[in-house]
Amino acid sequence: MTIDTERDVVLTVNGVPHEVTVPVRRLLSDALRHDLGLTGTHVGCEHGVCGACTVLVDGRPMRSCLMLAVQAAGSEIQTVEGLATDDGRGGQKLHPVQEAFRECHALQCGFCTPGFLMTIKAGLEERDRSAEISEEEVDEIVGGNLCRCTGYANIKKAVRHAAAAMQDGAE
Amino acid sequence: MKPAPFRYADPDTLDEALAVLSDEGEGAKVLAGGQSLLPLLSMRLAAPTTLVDINRVPGLDTVEATGDGVRVGALVRHNTLLHDGAAARVQPLLTRATANVAHPAIRNRGTTVGSIAHADPSGEMTSVLALTDGSVTVATPSGVETIPWSELFVGPLETSVHGPAVVTSAFFPALPPRSGTAFAEVARRKGDYAVCGAGVVVTLDDDRRVSAVRASYLSVGLVPEVHDLTEAVAGSPVDSADWGKAAALAQSLVEPDTDLHASADYRRLLVGVLTERTLTSAAVEAAGRAA
Repeated sequence: MTIDTERDVVLTVNGVPHEVTVPVRRLLSDALRHDLGLTGTHVGCEHGVCGACTVLVDGRPMRSCLMLAVQAAGSEIQTVEGLATDDGRGGQKLHPVQEAFRECHALQCGFCTPGFLMTIKAGLEERDRSAEISEEEVDEIVGGNLCRCTGYANIKKAVRHAAAAMQDGAE
Repeated sequence: MKPAPFRYADPDTLDEALAVLSDEGEGAKVLAGGQSLLPLLSMRLAAPTTLVDINRVPGLDTVEATGDGVRVGALVRHNTLLHDGAAARVQPLLTRATANVAHPAIRNRGTTVGSIAHADPSGEMTSVLALTDGSVTVATPSGVETIPWSELFVGPLETSVHGPAVVTSAFFPALPPRSGTAFAEVARRKGDYAVCGAGVVVTLDDDRRVSAVRASYLSVGLVPEVHDLTEAVAGSPVDSADWGKAAALAQSLVEPDTDLHASADYRRLLVGVLTERTLTSAAVEAAGRAA
């Protein structure tokens, strides 16, 4: 064990390992944006309230502004850049949650969207996918993220839309 | 909104953690989930010289539920405790209160014990530790000690744990027989700090009459307190007890403060409403368990 002010770490983001040297006080959110250039993760309040910076750490949504980059070494990090998949024809196929956001007009300025997408993806994967989603479940999933443009009606609509697409037996 | 510079250590053992804390002195701070500490650092309300990250220390991530109670290790995340069925059976307040702790993304990383060590009077688990008459175990270079809740909380964000020390677990005694619990809070937005919250335990005697009523509140007062409301309803049959009378007693006992979010009067009103609501629900559960 050493006591450091700077560390060499490997951050595995969307399956790709990145070797970086970071000051130990570097927040994970800043490491993603500044050190790795992955600016899809947005930084809003920087103290855990707004949810814009939410990423998945080993599959679970966490605030990247409430973690140090050095603490994320050894974990699988997933950001909004990793949501869409290769469609096999040189393009990308949107994740069902992204598709639902587009269908339902669930974003306006888009600042809060990356955090919502990651939070909702994890929330929908974690739930019992054999049942239809309830209003309470929708509220529980999105309750920790703030949108300052449109309100939440279309975002909640998108959650229901994506939940239906991800339900067992859905195409 | 960036933390001031600090030194960082992530020891592999508890002994190593205590050694670093000793060497680094007063300015060193323990980091577990960081969901309260990192905002304080980012807002520069705290500027420790060294962070001692205990996330690699083995043996601190277990929930042990026995007939006596539930011991929660220092690295148990809120979300783990929330879904621990055995813990919920021994002490149902744990699940009920944890469900009110912030949002899923915070609960995935924040720890129950860290929340207690943070000693925020708005915290759910500080209140539950008090209500269940719990304690914490603290490791220091000179040994291990147990601190009961009543000696732990000194003031807002202040505990009696000083010097090189790691709070390694919290112990929540089991719910007594013929008892029921309830927990409720009022917050401006779901998952926000509660403007006021209440946890209660109702215990009945063999004839289904009320024998004990205890309540603890959040965001009311500077440190968690437990109020004995028994005298308002002692001896009443559980089905006809006047819970409003117990709520009125609670209102006369609490000393809420006015702040940006609510006046003292409004908080006292909420104490009444939440006390009556939670007692009514806890009584039903107590009656069920006494049957």
